Amino acid sequence: MSNDISLSKAPAAAAAGEPAGETLLQVSGLTKHFPVMGGFPFKRQVGTVQAVDGIDLTVRAAESFGLVGESGCGKSTTGRLITRLLEPTAGTVSYRGQDISHATRKELAPVRSEIQMIFQDPYSSLNPRQTVGTIIGGPMEINGINPPGGREKRVRELLETVGLNPEHFNRFPHEFSGGQRQRIGVARALALEPRLIVADEPVSALDVSIQAQVVNLLQQVQREMGIAFLFIAHDLAIVRHFSQRVAVMYLGKIVEVGDRDSIYQRPRHPYTHALLSAVPEVELEGEERERERIRLAGDVPSPINPPSGCRFRTRCWKAADKCAVEEPPLIRLAGAEEGHLTACHFPEEPTIAARDEDIVMDPALAALEDVSDRPQ
Amino acid sequence: MLRFLVRRTLGAVVILLFISAFTFFLFFAIPHDPALLSCGKNCTPDNLRTIHHNLGLDHPVPVQYYHYMVRIFTGHRFSTGNCPAPCFGYSFANSEPVWPTLMDRLPTTLSLALGAMVVFLLFGLGTGMLAAWKRGTTVDKVFSSASLVLSSMQIYFVGPIVLALLVYNNHILDQPKYVPFTDNPLSWFNGLLIPWCVLSILFTANYTRMSRSTMIEQLQEEHVRTARAKGMSSAYVFFRYAWRGSLIPIVTILGIDLGSLLGGAMITEYTFQLAGLGRLAIDSVTKTDLPMLMGVMLFSAALIVLFNILVDAAYAFIDPRVRLS
Amino acid sequence: MTTMTKPGEFAEDAAPAASDAFLSVRDLYVRFSTEDGIVKAVDGLSFDLERGRTLGIVGESGSGKSVTNLTVLGLHNPATTEVAGEILLDGQELTGASNRTLEKLRGDKVAMIFQDSLTALSPYYTVGRQIAEPYVKHRGVSKREGRERAIEMLEKVGIPQPRMRVDDYPHQFSGGMRQRAMIAMALVCNPDLLIADEPTTALDVTVQAQILDLLKDLQQEFGSAIILITHDLGVVSNVADDLLVMYAGRAVERGSVRELIREPQHPYTWGLLGSMPRLMSDVTEPLTPIPGAPPSLLSPPPGCAFHPRCGFTDLVGGGRCATERPELPDGRGSACHLTGEQKRSVFIETIQPRLG
Repeated sequence: MSNDISLSKAPAAAAAGEPAGETLLQVSGLTKHFPVMGGFPFKRQVGTVQAVDGIDLTVRAAESFGLVGESGCGKSTTGRLITRLLEPTAGTVSYRGQDISHATRKELAPVRSEIQMIFQDPYSSLNPRQTVGTIIGGPMEINGINPPGGREKRVRELLETVGLNPEHFNRFPHEFSGGQRQRIGVARALALEPRLIVADEPVSALDVSIQAQVVNLLQQVQREMGIAFLFIAHDLAIVRHFSQRVAVMYLGKIVEVGDRDSIYQRPRHPYTHALLSAVPEVELEGEERERERIRLAGDVPSPINPPSGCRFRTRCWKAADKCAVEEPPLIRLAGAEEGHLTACHFPEEPTIAARDEDIVMDPALAALEDVSDRPQ
Repeated sequence: MLRFLVRRTLGAVVILLFISAFTFFLFFAIPHDPALLSCGKNCTPDNLRTIHHNLGLDHPVPVQYYHYMVRIFTGHRFSTGNCPAPCFGYSFANSEPVWPTLMDRLPTTLSLALGAMVVFLLFGLGTGMLAAWKRGTTVDKVFSSASLVLSSMQIYFVGPIVLALLVYNNHILDQPKYVPFTDNPLSWFNGLLIPWCVLSILFTANYTRMSRSTMIEQLQEEHVRTARAKGMSSAYVFFRYAWRGSLIPIVTILGIDLGSLLGGAMITEYTFQLAGLGRLAIDSVTKTDLPMLMGVMLFSAALIVLFNILVDAAYAFIDPRVRLS
Repeated sequence: MTTMTKPGEFAEDAAPAASDAFLSVRDLYVRFSTEDGIVKAVDGLSFDLERGRTLGIVGESGSGKSVTNLTVLGLHNPATTEVAGEILLDGQELTGASNRTLEKLRGDKVAMIFQDSLTALSPYYTVGRQIAEPYVKHRGVSKREGRERAIEMLEKVGIPQPRMRVDDYPHQFSGGMRQRAMIAMALVCNPDLLIADEPTTALDVTVQAQILDLLKDLQQEFGSAIILITHDLGVVSNVADDLLVMYAGRAVERGSVRELIREPQHPYTWGLLGSMPRLMSDVTEPLTPIPGAPPSLLSPPPGCAFHPRCGFTDLVGGGRCATERPELPDGRGSACHLTGEQKRSVFIETIQPRLG
């Protein structure tokens, strides 16, 4: 069944005359600031949450682009700006050459069907009072699309594509498990034959064994239908598994972007090193390779009034005076592969192998490890 | 805290302005001439005009409202006498000055409402907590069903029955009356005992149920489980951890209930023939006595607003997240 | 990593002296009565834990891993829960123990760390007070001494300026700091057993790494035994000495971390490993998820609870998986009808190549 759909989709892409690899989405200088209200005696704006602060990225047709970072880094906000659930404060989002950053509802309508979103929480993102058929068929009805054979037939096809029983189109969301609901979310996103899907933490609410089912489904959809993905997640291993190119975000900025292997094997930004080193990894037989150990101190700072210059400097072991005054540009460093950009004044060596000495910034860890090392 | 109080007071002033304007204009929307009351039986158009002038009713309504509001703060010398600030004017019905009348009636209503509040908080929260503590037992079931039955007992229904039973037929208690606390605390207490109980029945029943359900909810909170995991005793966990959290929804409802408590006090005064603000309000409506009505309305509104500020301050006292944000 | 080897050395030293486990759970059954019926949350679980060692309990939601540990501390609701079996802590029987006995143990000998530090700490009291409370109660010291101890503990877990932060409320702490405060609270009485229920699930990955290392380092200093409950095999494989894999209220596989990761035996463990991408795995290889969804504990499947999702029931044959419940042997082993030889060959020939 999924083959049928990929067949019907392929000529459409060809007709548009768009070879794979061409830029589908171009984001430049994208910024979103949320006002913080407070003050006395009347509330007024006293600050801004710099959720996203001037990011550039491109997503090519049929590619999967991963966006990874910790809480407060602005990755979800970026997803919502691109789908225009939010309006940017500054910068542009252009989809196939058309600037949609401030487009009206009417102007957005044709684009909306081509850019779809999959949300994190499969429990709250589906209307509990609608049947699965209505949920999946709704977007077609709103956009006045009448597929051959009727909408119901199409809904059944979609249910089968995402691995659900087509006979269940009259059931309600609560009759499905978490993983199945996420499949419904995928089917809804596919209903309008989108060319770009923004998936915001699509598997993080699911059990481990179910996560893999949904990741595989998304991968199948991406490959067979040639849909481009903006894959947003905090789990570095899943992002690596799913995305050809990856951007690492920290406090509203992209600190490093590049091809998958480049980022995961030869990272240059200290934050990317710290992130990769922090992932608790299962090491199988024959994989006993020494990874570097970096332990930062404290949590990610608040995106309200973030640090000046380089935003990572407050937790960075290499920070110098320059980092506080001058914001490092996102550029290709000497020796880096094409497309691998890093925003750092003092980049690290392009390896993730163990260092001579671990980097332990955390005072408690440092103190405890000093004591425990002494008797040896 | 000071900032909070200043902000709330500013808000309260706006609310009071709105209420006063609303009441004032609503009064004049009724096709009834308040001057007819003072004009007597053989009222000539000339007399009526003079009275209109004396009462200030010959001005357009917005101008009258403006005068009324200004005089509250500045006072005013009427032809009938001097009215110092806060000047709410003189009654149309009996020419008594409004402010002293209010001050005269206030202690009765305040004693009644606050006394009832103490009764229903004490009994409502107490039984609710006991029911939550003994959840699922007979005690819980008895309290829960009793609160259901009592919550359908209206004042005007229970009041006369209690009077008939305890006062007229069996002479267990005296006829309710108001004796100022400063005169004789014991008579004050005896005189108000029946009204307090009657007024608080409905509230007690509601607070029992609410206190029970919020306690049970709180006992399932994770931080309560953490406290148990630390080895704190059941009683300590119940009173220190769960109870504190259960107060927040209760205080919220209390803030909303203060209005109905004052309303309930008015009905209670009527039922037991006590001369409080409630009686005054009802009388001034039936006599189209604008100054008195405005006085009672504004004064009750100010009381409710004041209580609500206290409730919000209580929030800050209970919950540090409110205090420190 | 030096910290990984140390608990092992310690256990080897201690093993001849005291072979008896510090915590011993035998045939534990936990049942809840709900409106829909009886939930068999834990169904005949046995495990042992020695002093100074870390046991990782891995499972998905509804596997019974959290319930087990609430039961150890007697934190279940006695009105709706039925507990049977033996829980021996340092020789003391805990099932059916009085509330007073359990209260004395909780927070003193056995302490617990919960997942979500925002909801697990009371918003109404200062961090310092909440840390000091068990110390004041169990050690019978004054409030002032309790406060000093709280400051000392806050410093130990890496809260900067502990003398100032001791009077803060939990909401004034960041997520990572709150979790540190919770660890301080758990360790304040120097417990022999620390139960950590998903202690890092709600945290960012860089903070998770700090907290896990902190737990490991503090274990060296305090010598506590740790039960680490998590859904994340990566987390336990870095922290624990021994592993217990749970599915549908039962333990399905047990062994040391090394044994269990290098040569897992149970098809469910294989499924877990195949479900998670790793930083080192081959990206061209698709994940191998477990089909279907975890069963309802109201009516778990007969026989082996995993058989409806298992791809190897044919190898066992005779419909045994659906009728006969496989037992988990003591020590290293798995609750599966496949023979040892079958397990080994399936893993090496089919599973391992896919893990890449």
